[in-house]
Amino acid sequence: MTELKKERHTLAVLVDNAAGVLSQVSRLFSRKGYNIESLAVGATDNPAVSRITVEVIADEEQISLLCNQLNKQFPVHSVKRLSPSHSIRRELVLIKVKAEDSVSRNEVMQIASIFRSAIIDVSAQSLTVAVIGEEEKVFAIQDLLAPHGILELVRTGIVALERGSFTIDEATKQKLEYDYAKASLW
Amino acid sequence: MKMTGAQVLMECLLEQDVDVVFGYPGGTILNVYDELYNYSDRIQHILTAHEQGASHAADGYARSTGKVGVCMATSGPGSTNLTTGIATAYMDSSPTVFIVCNVNGDLIGKDSFQEVDITGISMPITKCNYLVRDVNQLADVLRAAFTIAKSGRPGPVLVDILKNVTAETTDYVPMAKAEHPKHGRLNALMGRASDNFKAPEPDVNDVDKLVEMILASQKPMLICGGGVVRGRAHKEFREFAQRIDAPVAITVMGGGGFVGGSELTTGMIGMHGSQASNMAVDGCDLLIAVGCRFSDRVALDPKTFAKQADIVQIDIDRSEINKNVKVDHHIIGDAKRVLEMLNERIRPQEHKAWKNYVFSFPTEAQYEFSGNTLNPAQITGAIQRILPGDTIVATDVGQHQIWAIQHLHYSYPGQLITSGGFGTMGFGLGAALGAKLGNPDKAVIHITGDGCFRMNCNELATESFYDIPVITIIFNNGTLGMVRQWQTVLYDHHYCQTTLDRGPDFVKLAESYGIKAKRVTTQEGLEDALAEAYREGKGYVIDCVIDIDEMVRPMVASGCEITDFIVK
Repeated sequence: MTELKKERHTLAVLVDNAAGVLSQVSRLFSRKGYNIESLAVGATDNPAVSRITVEVIADEEQISLLCNQLNKQFPVHSVKRLSPSHSIRRELVLIKVKAEDSVSRNEVMQIASIFRSAIIDVSAQSLTVAVIGEEEKVFAIQDLLAPHGILELVRTGIVALERGSFTIDEATKQKLEYDYAKASLW
Repeated sequence: MKMTGAQVLMECLLEQDVDVVFGYPGGTILNVYDELYNYSDRIQHILTAHEQGASHAADGYARSTGKVGVCMATSGPGSTNLTTGIATAYMDSSPTVFIVCNVNGDLIGKDSFQEVDITGISMPITKCNYLVRDVNQLADVLRAAFTIAKSGRPGPVLVDILKNVTAETTDYVPMAKAEHPKHGRLNALMGRASDNFKAPEPDVNDVDKLVEMILASQKPMLICGGGVVRGRAHKEFREFAQRIDAPVAITVMGGGGFVGGSELTTGMIGMHGSQASNMAVDGCDLLIAVGCRFSDRVALDPKTFAKQADIVQIDIDRSEINKNVKVDHHIIGDAKRVLEMLNERIRPQEHKAWKNYVFSFPTEAQYEFSGNTLNPAQITGAIQRILPGDTIVATDVGQHQIWAIQHLHYSYPGQLITSGGFGTMGFGLGAALGAKLGNPDKAVIHITGDGCFRMNCNELATESFYDIPVITIIFNNGTLGMVRQWQTVLYDHHYCQTTLDRGPDFVKLAESYGIKAKRVTTQEGLEDALAEAYREGKGYVIDCVIDIDEMVRPMVASGCEITDFIVK
C-alpha cells in the first residue's frame, strides 16, 4: 500500500457555545495523535453556537476519520472540510516592530502600505501593524519587517468560509449517517 | 413541587426505574446519601468495598440486563477510583451513569479537600459528561444522561454535581420517561438531527447493495461483534446467518450474540481465534462484520486481514467505519434493524463446499490431560455439566478469560460479561455481583485467575454481606498466566515479575469473609464443589489448581497475519 500524502487541512466545526467544549474538541486532536496547526474560535450569529476553524496536517484517510470522530462528540453540530480552492481563508496578525527613528518608521509604514496593512498603534520606539491575509502574505511581511526588529507578534489563527452560497449545514451522506446516531436517542 | 437537589436526584432515578445503585459515600455526597435514607424502600443501595468494585458492578448490571447501571461516589479519590470502571464501560459500550459530587461551588478551583476535576479527567472515557452548578438544571441533565447512556451506541455518562447544588431547592416537575426527549437539552439535541424525530432507518440503497454482494458471494463469512449483543439483535443475526448459510466467527464482545457451538459457529476470532475462524476469514470472498470495530486483537494486521474478501461493516457508530480496517462497503444503523431489512430481502442460500472447507479446521483447541492438576478444558467442561445452560459468566482478564470464551458456549446477549476492550484485571467479581442483582433467577459465576482475583477480592465482603450467591472459580496457576505465555513464546522464557509464588491462601481468605471455599485438584473434586455451591445457593469460592505452563491455544502474535499461528 502506498503512503498517502500528508497535507494541511482546514476544518470548520459548529459547536455548542458552552464551557468545556473547546477543550473537548481540542483534546480529541491530541488524543488521536495530531498537532493543531491553527485554531480560531468565536460565537456565530447565533450566540448559542460557536464556530471553530481548525487546521491539521493529515492524509486523506486520517482527515476523514477525524471528521467522523468530531461528529461523534455531543456538543458538535456540524463538521465540514473546506478545500483550499473553494474557500476563503484569512488570518489577522498584529506585529509590533521596533521603529526608533524616522527612517525606520517610514520604511515600516511603506512596507505596511504595500501589503495594504494598517498601522494601528504608534509610540516613540515602535509601530504596530495589523495584517490580514493567508500565511504567504503574513510570512512575506514578517520577513520584510524582521530586520527592523519584531518586538512581538500575535496571530488569530485562520478563519475560513466556503465560497458561494454553500454552508456548513449542507446535507451530505456522511452527515445524514451522523444524524442517524443523534436521532437514535429515542 | 419544591425539592432539594438531592431529592431531585432520587426522583430522577425513580423516573428511570432505577431500583439498585452501587456506590460509596463520602463528604461531598452526604446530602445525597441523607436523602437516600428516605428513599431506601424504593432504591436499593449496594455498598461495595471500593469504588472500583461499585463501578464494575454497575457495568455488570448494565451488560447483563440491558438497562442503565448506576454508580455513585464522592469527590476526589472517590471519583478517581471510578475511572478504571468508567474506561472499562466506555471501551465496551456499556450503558452506565456515574453520579459523583464535587466540593461546594465556592471551593471549586482552590485545591480544596478532596477536590478533583473529574469532568476533565473523564472526558476521553465517557460518551459525554456534565458538571451541574445550578440546581434548576439538575433534572434536565440527569434525564439527558440516562437517555444518552442507553441510546445509539451505549456508553458511560458522568454527572458531577456540586455539593451546594444537592442542598439547594428547586421546583421539581415530574416527567414521564417518554416525554424527556421533548424537553430541555435532549430536545435541542434531537432538533439538530435532520430526521426530525422519525424513527431512523438504515439507507435502503446500502442494504440492497449488500444483498447483491451476498448473492454474488461463494464464500461468505460473518463476524458477530459486540454490537449484536448491545443491540440485542441475536435472533435477527441467527436468522441472517442461517439464511445466507455462512460460518460465523464470534469476537470476545460478541459472545452471546450468536449461539456458541452451533453448526455454523467457527468459534473465537483473532489473536486467540480458532483455526477455523482465522482460516475462514483469510479465505472468504465476502466478510460481513456486524457491530465489530476490528480491534487489533481481532484484525491483528489490518493490511492482510481478510485480504481476499470484500469487507462490509455494519455499525451504529459512523466513526468506526474504516477506523481500523479499510472496508469496501458499510451500512450505518442499529444491528437489529439492518439485519431485519437484510432478512426480508434474502432468500436462503447454500454454501456447502465452503463450509466443508472451513469446518475441516478445528473450532476449539484440544488439551492434554496431565496427572496432578486440572486442565482448563476440564474446568470449563465441569461448569457445563453441573451448572444450568443459561448461567451468566463474568470473567476477569487473561488466560482464564480466553478459556472461558473459547470453551463455554453462550446463547443469549448478556450471558458473557467480560472486559474485552479495556482488559481490566479485577473486573469480574464486581461485574458478577451486579449481574446477579440484575438477574436474581439465573446462576452467576465469576471466572478468574489468581492474579486478577487478588486485585479486587475485597468485594467478597459485599458478596457476603448482601448474600449474593456468586460462585467464584479461580484458574490458579500461580502466575500471571497470559503474561507468562508471552514471556515463554516471545521473551525467551524470561519470567520477570510474573510468578505469584506468594499468598494469600484463597480458601482461608474467602472463609475470613464468611464465604465457603474449596481448593480442588481433580475433576471429581471440582464437580462436587460446583454441585455443592449451586445447591446451597450461597457465595462460594473454588480454587482450581492448574499447571503453571498451561497455554491459551491457538495464538497469533500481535500485528502478524491472522493465520500465522505461533502456538497451535
